[in-house]
Amino acid sequence: MKHGRYPFIVGFLVPGLAIYAVFVLSPFVQAFHYSLTDWTGISPEFSYVGLDNFRRLLDDSQFLAAVRNNALLLVVVPLATVGLALVFAFLLNVGGGASGAGVRGIRGSGFYKLVFFMPQVLAIPVIAVIWSVILEPTGNGLVNSALGWIGIGPLGFLADPDLALWCVMWVLVWGSVGFYLVLFNAAISSVPREIFEAAVIDGAGRLATFLRVTLPLLWDTVQTAWVYLAILALDVYALVAVMTAGPGGPDNATQVISLQIAQNGFTFGRAGYASAMGVVLFFLTLVIAVFMLRITRRERVEF
Amino acid sequence: MSSTYSPSRRALFRQAGLASLAVAGGSSFLSACATSGGGDGDGERAERTDDNPFGVQADAPLSVVIFNGGYGDDYAKYHESLYGEVFPDAEISHKAITDIRQQMQPLFNAGNPPDVLDNAGAEAMPISTLADTGQLADLTELFEAEAIGFDGMTVQETLNPVAIESGVYDDKPLVLNYALQVYGLWYDRALFDERGWEPAETWEDFLALCEEIKGAGMAPLAHQGKYPYYIEQLLWDLAVKHGGPEVAYAIDSLEPGAWENESMKAAAAAIAELKSKGYMLEGTEGLDHIQSQTRWNEHKAAFITCGSWLENEQKEVAPEGFETTLAPTPLLPGAALPFQTGRVEAAEAFIVPAQAANVPGGMEFMRQMLSKEGAAEFTKLTAAPTVVNGATEGLELTPGAASAIALIDAGGDDNWNYYYNKWYTPLEPKIGSAVAELAAGRIDADEFCSRAQAAADETANDPNTVKRTRSA
Repeated sequence: MKHGRYPFIVGFLVPGLAIYAVFVLSPFVQAFHYSLTDWTGISPEFSYVGLDNFRRLLDDSQFLAAVRNNALLLVVVPLATVGLALVFAFLLNVGGGASGAGVRGIRGSGFYKLVFFMPQVLAIPVIAVIWSVILEPTGNGLVNSALGWIGIGPLGFLADPDLALWCVMWVLVWGSVGFYLVLFNAAISSVPREIFEAAVIDGAGRLATFLRVTLPLLWDTVQTAWVYLAILALDVYALVAVMTAGPGGPDNATQVISLQIAQNGFTFGRAGYASAMGVVLFFLTLVIAVFMLRITRRERVEF
Repeated sequence: MSSTYSPSRRALFRQAGLASLAVAGGSSFLSACATSGGGDGDGERAERTDDNPFGVQADAPLSVVIFNGGYGDDYAKYHESLYGEVFPDAEISHKAITDIRQQMQPLFNAGNPPDVLDNAGAEAMPISTLADTGQLADLTELFEAEAIGFDGMTVQETLNPVAIESGVYDDKPLVLNYALQVYGLWYDRALFDERGWEPAETWEDFLALCEEIKGAGMAPLAHQGKYPYYIEQLLWDLAVKHGGPEVAYAIDSLEPGAWENESMKAAAAAIAELKSKGYMLEGTEGLDHIQSQTRWNEHKAAFITCGSWLENEQKEVAPEGFETTLAPTPLLPGAALPFQTGRVEAAEAFIVPAQAANVPGGMEFMRQMLSKEGAAEFTKLTAAPTVVNGATEGLELTPGAASAIALIDAGGDDNWNYYYNKWYTPLEPKIGSAVAELAAGRIDADEFCSRAQAAADETANDPNTVKRTRSA
């Protein structure tokens, strides 16, 4: 068996690697290449401009606004999503406290899981349309008519530069919590019940159990979730393009890098320049992923 | 409908989906459309005759790609049948699509574009870039050829001057903008008759009318706030009618201080006044075109800013008895232009790619479009006027189309147009942002003018932007 092993393994690897190289790696390489040119995207001709595109990025007020907004998303979205998902997962599994039958979740936890997961079934543009209707700026909007009952508003929400980005973040968090809830739920389920029961017997309250037991045991999963959410926060194109005015929102309040890439690449005929933005985004994503995985590395808890 | 500025939701979704693929790390999607060389396009020509001024080879196939937007594509099928009558041996391929950019970009890059392309809609390719990179065939021949159905006139002589002007890049006519659009304030004639209201000619009267409308429990004005382009039309109308077309020439030419012109300032102050006096529909700055126009149809607002595609776009929604009618924008004190004028734009950009396999065929197709019969059929099918003069004579028109054509005729040589948005595409969203802030009452007229000026200066100082100028 042994002498036939390598051809066997290679036989399986090569087609996959080839497809990966053609459809994933080569576009990356090409993007790097085009970022050094003045390619318009609609003509086969272009010339090389060196790092000029990257220099121009530094003076591009819209791109800088996009970077600022992405940075805010990068901080708020993972924090809120992971935080909420962890708390909910904890409540659904352990939150019910101890009883004669051991540790259990709060009542109706199966139902809650289903409800939280619901947004995952919907496509992002559908979510965007639903929320832009809910947040409609006139008194007819669902939220505004509710606010009307208590004498507030109507508020502009997506049309107001002070609120628009927060509304987008809310929708992003709302749409993601369910997935991470299920992820953390699975992770908690794999932790032996005895550990939680021991904690309860030792007199730990809910908060202490959460901070001292649950969180450390789930650290690997949380870390992974964090990286995924960071990447999600760097690409909110569909939500922003469908939900907010502009595009780019009122006064560029929801301008994001992906929107700038699409606009420059397709609408403005500056594919080379857009590729430069893509390269910046690539390194930004890379740095964040490496940073999150390295810096937050902890000793593994074995169980 | 045909407007670049009313992107359909479907189109947005598709774009959204594609771009999120592109983004996850790097612009892989962009470069997926790899570049490669192209061939020569012109090909051989047959002998030129009176009936065949461009020397089309009778059996050369012709490929036509039409933007399938508010105008549909029935008119193009009719034009193809006209072409087929002249060249029965030519095989004509007809394609009607909405995602022009996604489908055409790879063909242009590969040097294999169609012979005629209707480059319109929310996903049109940037026309100035196409022009600057030599992708468009020179249409001089077309405009100098004899027009069909006009007794010895050249094509150029049969067209509204804006048709030629709007298609010229670097002194060469490269684009045929086919449909004529006019902008102004739209209202329901039936409602106004019932209430005894009349669209005002002066700003003072307009404000008084707004007060009366507001008193009747209706919002005087709605606009499609999510796309600031619409309220920008009112701003332009007020400014140019006040200061004359030179206001537009200066802005298009990126002259220093053009946006801080006294007329532009007065126009911006007028918009701010409408907002501050509560004359705008509540929340209109956050509504898209569908939401705002539907509310206008429901009589929640008396006027709405829009172009002449409005009637056709709303025909499914407009209630029975609703008479869509266009009123010219009122005049600010000391206006230079008469009341009965407006921005007349030639839109729906038809091009013959320089690399096309059948360039003469493409031009012949355009000549058929511009024939008296071809143009009349377009208006019959779409209720929209074309750039061909007099082609609508004797047609029975809907109230909206009739009032739009009446304004075009009444304004005559005083009608005007601006081009900065097509010439410098990256500048447009920046101006749009500033206009939206102004109309929402978050910045005042001075701040608007200085912001718009700063954005224009940025474009003027950008060495990568091709500059264009215009004058009287």
